[in-house]
Amino acid sequence: MNWKHGIVSAVALIIVWQAVVIMTGVQSFILPSPLKVAKALWFYRDLIAEHAWITIVEVLLGMVIGAVLGILTAIHLATSAAARAILRPILVFSQAVPVFALAPILVLWFGYGIWSKIIMAVLIIYFPVTSAFFDGLMKTPAGYLDLAKTMGATRARTLWHIRFKSALPSLGSGLRLAAVYAPIGAVIGEWVGASKGLGYLMLLANGRVKIDLMFAALIVLAVLTVCLHLSVDILARKLAKDH
Amino acid sequence: MNAAPGISFAGKASIDGTALFAPITLKIPAHQWTCLLGPSGIGKSTVLRLIAGLETYVDFNGDIIASDAQPLTDRVAYMAQNDLLFPWLSVADNVAIGARLRGENPDTERAMKMIARVGLSGHEGKKPAALSGGQRQRVALARTLMENRPVILLDEPFSALDAKTRAEMQELAAELLVNRTVLLVTHDPAEAARLAHSGYVMQPDQLIPMDMPTTLPVRSIDDPQTITTQGALFHILRTGAQ
Repeated sequence: MNWKHGIVSAVALIIVWQAVVIMTGVQSFILPSPLKVAKALWFYRDLIAEHAWITIVEVLLGMVIGAVLGILTAIHLATSAAARAILRPILVFSQAVPVFALAPILVLWFGYGIWSKIIMAVLIIYFPVTSAFFDGLMKTPAGYLDLAKTMGATRARTLWHIRFKSALPSLGSGLRLAAVYAPIGAVIGEWVGASKGLGYLMLLANGRVKIDLMFAALIVLAVLTVCLHLSVDILARKLAKDH
Repeated sequence: MNAAPGISFAGKASIDGTALFAPITLKIPAHQWTCLLGPSGIGKSTVLRLIAGLETYVDFNGDIIASDAQPLTDRVAYMAQNDLLFPWLSVADNVAIGARLRGENPDTERAMKMIARVGLSGHEGKKPAALSGGQRQRVALARTLMENRPVILLDEPFSALDAKTRAEMQELAAELLVNRTVLLVTHDPAEAARLAHSGYVMQPDQLIPMDMPTTLPVRSIDDPQTITTQGALFHILRTGAQ
């Protein structure tokens, strides 16, 4: 995404938003004007920052833990036929359970703190990361493996120097998906039961009819998510460099 | 490098009960280039892969024996049509990859020497994507030399190159792989006529020995004997008989 295009789109969106508010005369507790939201953003900046920090920690820890678990699982699946036979059906079956439906159970088990949200984010990104990286590991060009074999390569070194390296672009694709899903997981976790975080703040503001604050929290969440996408995109490009 | 052995290949191969090739006997003399010529799909790459100890998806029934009766494992180097360079590694790291894959310390100085021998000094730090097809095959040749194996298995390594680059690579390979036991699999009669000490045209039911020129390889492209041999090989390829 080009920066300039992004800014132009954002400005256009704000203009349309303002125009809708003016033309329809909609009540501000249904749709507050951009200006009102901007004021709320400034007025509640400390409150929003405090809650945003919690959500950031949840999403980032969820991303890191989910990605590490996904990478390890993919390697295990790629190197062990027994693991493929046993784990793959479980993995596929687990996707039949909507992760969102688990949110109440996770809150019950892991409490109202950040861990139930982190685990929610981990669960939601684990499968896309595992699946994308596993695919990459299984698609190593056969010629590379032939070459390694004639060179007397060890299994572990073939895995690291060839299979792992050639699967990095696939890992990048998996992480891109994870960046889309992780904030969703964290916010849904916050909706179900939390005392902190942007998702919680939105519910709180909604309940008190502070719709401008609700929109302000939503915008911060959107900006954070875009930043996460951009960072992961840079990382994914680095992983796919020279491939 | 240890003394290069000769290789005797005798046997038949089938896929799910359907014969790929009938019992054939291929003698690959030590220190020489032996060429296996044939149309695509005839099984010549399978012969090479069997000798290399690579997976083939065929049922092979026969024996592959080195003249010194020692196993061939760890004594063969393999070059394919695809240069098989790792795009994320530099030229120097690609040349030295064998040591890394075995868990040994790469001999960087020797890698530089090999790169120089294939005429690519100054390109050591480049990634393969920055090189031409011919240069990439030179890197693959340097990597093969780096392995310093007595037996070299070449599976159409020059067939994707343009005519000029191919001729240059043939000469370079012949010069640098001298005294090794080389099996060259190709579908190009001109290549066989230039490079091989001896050779065979592979048919589904037999190997037809080639009449090679009396001169030694590498032969000039426009040498009358080379041209005659090339014509004769082409005739066998088309008609399946001498």
